Amino acid sequence: MWPLNDAGAMSGLVCGVLFGYVLENAGFGSPCKLTAQFSMRDWSVFKVMFTAIVVAATGLYALELAGLLAIDNLFVPTSLVMASAVGGVLVGAGFAIGGYCPGTSVVGFFSGRLDALVFIVGLLLGTWVFAGLYGPAIEAVMSMWEVETGDTFMDAWGIPQWLLIAILFAALIGVFYAGSWFERRGRGPVQADEAVAGAGSADAA
Amino acid sequence: MNAPASAATGRPVKPFWNPLVAGIVLGLVLLLTFVWTGHGLGATGASTRLAAWLGNEVAPAATQANEYLGGMVEDGANPLPSWITWQVVGVAIGALFAAFMGGRLRVQLDGAKSVGSGKRIATALIGGLLSGFGARVAAGCTSGLGLSGAATLGIAAFVFLATFFASGLIMHRIIKGV
Repeated sequence: MWPLNDAGAMSGLVCGVLFGYVLENAGFGSPCKLTAQFSMRDWSVFKVMFTAIVVAATGLYALELAGLLAIDNLFVPTSLVMASAVGGVLVGAGFAIGGYCPGTSVVGFFSGRLDALVFIVGLLLGTWVFAGLYGPAIEAVMSMWEVETGDTFMDAWGIPQWLLIAILFAALIGVFYAGSWFERRGRGPVQADEAVAGAGSADAA
Repeated sequence: MNAPASAATGRPVKPFWNPLVAGIVLGLVLLLTFVWTGHGLGATGASTRLAAWLGNEVAPAATQANEYLGGMVEDGANPLPSWITWQVVGVAIGALFAAFMGGRLRVQLDGAKSVGSGKRIATALIGGLLSGFGARVAAGCTSGLGLSGAATLGIAAFVFLATFFASGLIMHRIIKGV
């Protein structure tokens, strides 16, 4: 019965290599391409993330239905609504300003981007600032608005898993339609040669 | 436009994958990770451990006394060896390999041409700082909480993704970081 709950170095390395390989090939090492999502010019971030979420959620559901996977044994983040909302605001602001999120900064650095290394230094500084301020006040804010009945939409409110996946599927189609419309209206997705040349190179050319 | 990466690796620049293809492959990698380990993919688990380790090297007394990081380094424990560290090492290897094979490996300060070198270093540092702080508040980042949590249909993940994108859309209009 899955999951195997392997915590060894080999599974970490293999899953990580595949993760990094896909992210770079998607163009997610480029801060120019990543932030083009926020100007609506390039919808790759929404499209890739949403597709991955739907594929993984559907796969987990199918394995559960087939009796191969115990879904209750998977890690699910605790439903701390305030902590997630505040964290989302800060990581989103950091993404728009810095050009990366934590995972993509590793991809950026290992495709040669020194600004991504600066971002990683910032990540460490942010962690230390948080650790320095950590105490009852931050803990109190972080524990606000917890959904007491459960961590998933199924457990908390009894929404069927198939319905949630169907909603995500519909939203995915919407993201692709809306995204492609915006992309046709503007300059279109950031291509590899522009990303390699660096942000601003297309404006100068 | 000429392919600029030839200066670095001599390889022609290959186009990025179609987003639908990249999304499907990423979803399958995430699914494999869940089946194999019981949890998803992440990033800031490793940077937090690195922060604890570095803190313990530079300022051991303060780090060991710290309420948040102290537990990771108590009794001489080394916080670095862990699954998430190996996974991030893997991300680095996979990204390097993909960038090299795709002719997209090029050493640069990306954004220097659009906003200037000094401003780009500042925006990268401030962006990283906000992101590092925010990921500790949410106990996860875009990968660990947003992507992986959403695949398990976790409430926290969708709350995070909603405020993440709303904040990014607004902040992008206020500050040009790249």
